[in-house]
Amino acid sequence: MSPGNFVALAVILFVIGAVGVLVRRNALVIFMCVELMLNAVNLAFVAFARQHGNLDGQVIAFFVMVVAAAEVVVGLAILMAIFRARRSASVDDANLLKY
Amino acid sequence: MIAGHLLAAGQVTSTAASVTFWVLAVISVAAGLGMVLARRAVHCAVLLAVVMLSLAILYAVAGAPFLAFVQIIVYTGAVLMLFLFVLMIVGVSTADSLRETIPGQRLAAGVAGIALLVLLSLIVGHAAIGPAAPAGPRYGVGNLRGLATLIFTKYVFPFEITAALLITAALGAMVLAHRERTTPKPTQRDLSRQRMAGGHPSPLPGPGVYARHNAVDFPALLPDGSPSELSVSPIIVARERDLGTGPAAALPAGGDAGNGTAGHQEQAGSAPEEARP
Repeated sequence: MSPGNFVALAVILFVIGAVGVLVRRNALVIFMCVELMLNAVNLAFVAFARQHGNLDGQVIAFFVMVVAAAEVVVGLAILMAIFRARRSASVDDANLLKY
Repeated sequence: MIAGHLLAAGQVTSTAASVTFWVLAVISVAAGLGMVLARRAVHCAVLLAVVMLSLAILYAVAGAPFLAFVQIIVYTGAVLMLFLFVLMIVGVSTADSLRETIPGQRLAAGVAGIALLVLLSLIVGHAAIGPAAPAGPRYGVGNLRGLATLIFTKYVFPFEITAALLITAALGAMVLAHRERTTPKPTQRDLSRQRMAGGHPSPLPGPGVYARHNAVDFPALLPDGSPSELSVSPIIVARERDLGTGPAAALPAGGDAGNGTAGHQEQAGSAPEEARP
């Protein structure tokens, strides 16, 4: 399987995630779309590692996973704090800094 | 046995690899689209799990068996479960409203998405992505050893930094999840005073009628034969009234009797959706 196919799939998944971030308004779903984008980038890293025949890309993908896990923990905690204060998970309702 | 298959996946035949790739590509793109389009957050989470599992198999096909397992354990196991837990707290039943708050947002997002797709396709199309390197010992059973060597030699400093990041994230989550108590904790004396003053010092009657039905939504009968509204949780009464079925729906309306109304507040997981201006 050529690495080009993997990169093409990664591009498609990344675009789907980006559109999801733009379209959805539930903060949790936006988070999931960000995770999808991170996964797509990981796939591209793995594909390029395969193309070059070394493992550096896989190590970077591993680090991306670690950072994504930390990001999810903090992000969901922020989401819970906002939900506790405002009883809503919609990004439209977090507008106190707007004006 | 599956692990052995995955470990050997670096050397699978090209036909099997391409069949796996195309099947999983279709599945993951469809699940990704479904995730963007599904209205309920739970459906989004399940579809995201499908995407992540298919990506894990794709990693194995692409010669990264270690990453495949990390993907399943960390992403599908830990991250998605965390998402589902938060979803349970924030409200499972909340569905995104279809009303656009910013006019033309969806159209603009679609145009931006297509533009991004064209841009990235042009970049990838112009890049010279060659064929895969010949399968060496790094992509079979030696994958784990190769990764370990790299992580603990060339990338040892980023790896140490990762530890600091994880500790910081854990501390941050604890700080953010901490809630200050605004009122002093009621002691046992306070609680018993409250109960004596509340006019109902004894425990509330349990639900169900002995020898007939003991479901929690089945009100107990008082000596005069009338159903006791105190015997059924007000949450269940409200739910069955909404649904219009069940034995608790027949209880007289407005008969909460003042107990357990806090339960209503806790139950209001779907309230913010209606409370939105």
